[in-house]
Amino acid sequence: MATLKDLRTRIDSVTQTQKITSAMKMVAASKLRRAQESAEAARPYAQRMERMVGSLAELLQDRDDAPVLLRGNGADKTHLIVVATSDRGLCGGFNSSITRATRLRIRQLTSDGKTVKIFCIGRKGREQLSREFGSLIIGSAAEVGKRGPSYDEADTIGQTITDLFEQGEFDICTVVYNHFKSVMTQIVTFQQVIPFADSAPDAANDDEAEQIDHGGAIYEFEPEEAEILEELLPYNLSIQVFRALLESAASEQGARMTAMDSATRNAGEMIDKLTLNFNRTRQAKITGELIEIISGAEAT
Amino acid sequence: MADTFQFELVAPEKLIFSDDIEFVVVPGAEGDFGVLPGHALLLSTVRPGIIEIHENDKPKERFFVGGGFAEVTPERCTVLSTESVNLAEIDESAARARLDTAERDLNDAASDGEREKAEKALEVAQALVAACS
Repeated sequence: MATLKDLRTRIDSVTQTQKITSAMKMVAASKLRRAQESAEAARPYAQRMERMVGSLAELLQDRDDAPVLLRGNGADKTHLIVVATSDRGLCGGFNSSITRATRLRIRQLTSDGKTVKIFCIGRKGREQLSREFGSLIIGSAAEVGKRGPSYDEADTIGQTITDLFEQGEFDICTVVYNHFKSVMTQIVTFQQVIPFADSAPDAANDDEAEQIDHGGAIYEFEPEEAEILEELLPYNLSIQVFRALLESAASEQGARMTAMDSATRNAGEMIDKLTLNFNRTRQAKITGELIEIISGAEAT
Repeated sequence: MADTFQFELVAPEKLIFSDDIEFVVVPGAEGDFGVLPGHALLLSTVRPGIIEIHENDKPKERFFVGGGFAEVTPERCTVLSTESVNLAEIDESAARARLDTAERDLNDAASDGEREKAEKALEVAQALVAACS
């Protein structure tokens, strides 16, 4: 049986923890609002970009001189998986759901006889993946988007990926990130970026996704289409990475807020239980003492 | 009211401008081009410069763009820019400071890749300063 002092210490410590978790929840909530706004503000760009590249891809898909970033290098032997996670923990299942999905994908690809390489964004993903696949990690970036991801950071990562592709390090590149659906729900999304795949990853795109048919009319290009594509495709890659980073940042804050909210609630429940226990023990002690006094008085 | 078409100017961070307009001038890589409703399909790179939106044959709004891509279809014109600001909101001293940094970066550039990057940044900064005056 715990003594009164032990119980009081525990109640105090849980109260302290509750204070911390509820403060973290507040911080996450305010960061979330900002992250969510910028993620949603960036969606139009990525969508229009996708539309533009999509219509170009359609135009050029049958031609042999299409840039390799667009049609791929014909092989699918080596896969690069870019994993977007957070730098910090205490955000519920945010990082583990990403790494779990990634692990499954890696196992599946390996059993199909493919080679897998990993590029980690965020410290947590690297920690969790290096246990099992440490040898596959070819690069990583940490401390990305500490104050909200910026396009420059995404561009740096995008360029790294393009360089790796040009060096023949991999054939197919997929980005894994948590798509921000709502504060409670984040969807693990795999998006193939090299070669370009026209994929609308979320239902939110539907209202924007209008089918355009120009009756086979040909675009005029200024300057040459090869030149445009050469610039457009790496740029598109950076934009897609940027989008993934923004979505991931918003999801992280959402996940953290939910996690801290339930932690605060759990701490509250625990305090209630401990307080009840504390009062019971106190009463039992008082009763015991009373019995002692009464029986002492009766004996005389 | 004359015919209009949808014009959208997007920066990576957000949608800057989206409305039905009559006429717009876009600084294409190979020269400025004007877009009216019913323009032929065109895809062009955009150089750093000024986008001018006209209404009733008069310039209505002006935006600085730091480069990007423009897609023109008969009923729509979309400019995907690397960065873009309303000309009225540009801070001239900040623009000059940026020009200085870009020049310094170019001088300090060690590798070809860095130099290329610095040259691009310088070009954007020069256009920005030019846009202020």
